[in-house]
Amino acid sequence: MSFLDASEMTGGYGKADILHGCTLTVDKGQIAVIVGPNGAGKSTAMKAVFGMLPLRGGSVTLDGADITALSPQDRVKKGMGFVPQVNNVFPTMSVEENLEMGAFIRDDDFRDTMEQVYTLFPILKDKRRQNAGELSGGQRQQVAVGRALMTKPKLLMLDEPTAGVSPIVMDELFDRIIEVARTGISILMVEQNARQALEIADRGYVLVQGANRYTDTGKALLADPEVRRTFLGG
Amino acid sequence: MELLNALVALTNYVIIPATSYGAQLALGALGVTLIYAVLRFSNFAHGDTMAFGTGVVILVTWGLQALGVSLGPLPVALLALPVGIAATALLLLGTDRVVYRYYRGIRAAPVVLVMVSVGVMFIMNALTRFLIGVDQIDFADGERFIISARTWNQMTGMREPLTLRTTQVITVVTAALVVVALFWFLNRTRTGKSMRAFSDNEDLALLSGIDPDRVVRVTWIITAALATVAGTLYGLDKSFKAFTYFQIVLPIFASAIVGGIGNPVGAIAGGFIISFSEVGLTYAWKKVAGYLIPGWQPDGLLQLLSTDYKFAVSFVILLLVLIFRPTGIFRGKVV
Repeated sequence: MSFLDASEMTGGYGKADILHGCTLTVDKGQIAVIVGPNGAGKSTAMKAVFGMLPLRGGSVTLDGADITALSPQDRVKKGMGFVPQVNNVFPTMSVEENLEMGAFIRDDDFRDTMEQVYTLFPILKDKRRQNAGELSGGQRQQVAVGRALMTKPKLLMLDEPTAGVSPIVMDELFDRIIEVARTGISILMVEQNARQALEIADRGYVLVQGANRYTDTGKALLADPEVRRTFLGG
Repeated sequence: MELLNALVALTNYVIIPATSYGAQLALGALGVTLIYAVLRFSNFAHGDTMAFGTGVVILVTWGLQALGVSLGPLPVALLALPVGIAATALLLLGTDRVVYRYYRGIRAAPVVLVMVSVGVMFIMNALTRFLIGVDQIDFADGERFIISARTWNQMTGMREPLTLRTTQVITVVTAALVVVALFWFLNRTRTGKSMRAFSDNEDLALLSGIDPDRVVRVTWIITAALATVAGTLYGLDKSFKAFTYFQIVLPIFASAIVGGIGNPVGAIAGGFIISFSEVGLTYAWKKVAGYLIPGWQPDGLLQLLSTDYKFAVSFVILLLVLIFRPTGIFRGKVV
């Protein structure tokens, strides 16, 4: 069984289901990427994994434990970290305070974790006294990822981490995400920049209308002419 | 010498009264701004919360006075403050439990919560009148002056009088201590930071495991402390009357909004801007002008507005800010 196993997820916000038997799995230290057209339910699938969407069917297990009934807060305690797409920092608080708030549920000394985050994102150390709301888009994303890393999650979920940043910053963020994965943290991420994201993906999911259409390694999906033609623009 | 006389007159009639009034407004505005930042609504019941807290303080003061307690030159009301704060905190926590919690639960729009707070205002209003009545109550005891007009004259030999009342100094010192304590709490403690985080981004705060109920509780308790201290200082300075606390809501809101509602620094700056405008515009400048411009005797009092219109000053400033810079000087948040 995979480290994260979200199988046959079905559900939605109102009466109509958005997810129709969607399955996502991630192994330890691997990067899984969800791509697909607009309205395919990519973000919704990720929210379902995190417990922000009521499920009518299916189950979510993390490290072998069934967490289907847990609230998002409790899932954080079980080792999930979530970086929302927007509004993912505390804008009038300093970078350091943002990281402290990330570690709010921890009672132990978290200074070494903060040092690790600063090692991963050196720019944040320089700007640690500055308010997160005054940073550039890319730096703000780094704060958001850093905040989520403060609980030492075993699975990190990123909802379009490169939305609205320049291509150079995007490459840099992807490099950092690979580094995070190398430390043994599993990554599940939704991406608009499908081609670049699949290049770093150990596993790629193409979702269409709330269901799995293609599932393979990132490389294989990129090589699949059908996937290229339909979803990656040739 | 004339310049010195002008300065003394200005200090006596404008700077000293406006500073102590500004400190009272700042404390009141801090309470309003805190509720706005964390609970996201304008709390119209704040003035009557101040009245209730002050009422309790007065009752306890009377009790202490009956027991023969005295603080020497300081008013006994300072000793009664903790009891007043505790009683007000219980009232606010009770109100939250019975009223506001329901509206948070159904995620009511901010404007609905404002209307709810108007209802709460009327209830608290009545409660205070039951508790202590509607009459004017002077409860300041201890030494009345630090510098009286007579000692000033003996000290300096100047014709122009200057008085400094004990309550004015107590107001400014207490307000300064409270503000320092509040900022230390908000910027240095884990609970304070979690309140700011909750105010900044509620969803992310929940994700980070911050307990919203605890944040709300702490916010009400701090608001109770700010309201009781502000109300008591105001009452010591100007005597207590339930109705004036209802009126003072306007300058308090003006202070909070001028500074940038939701921003504590803005609340303090706003308090002083409003108080100096109010006192400055309703002061008769004839005397100061007479000192500064020799040989000129103006016909009128050089008073821009009668003191009866002092609330109009807050109102006009409020309007101007809302039209030209709705986020206030320090860029507050707008829900």
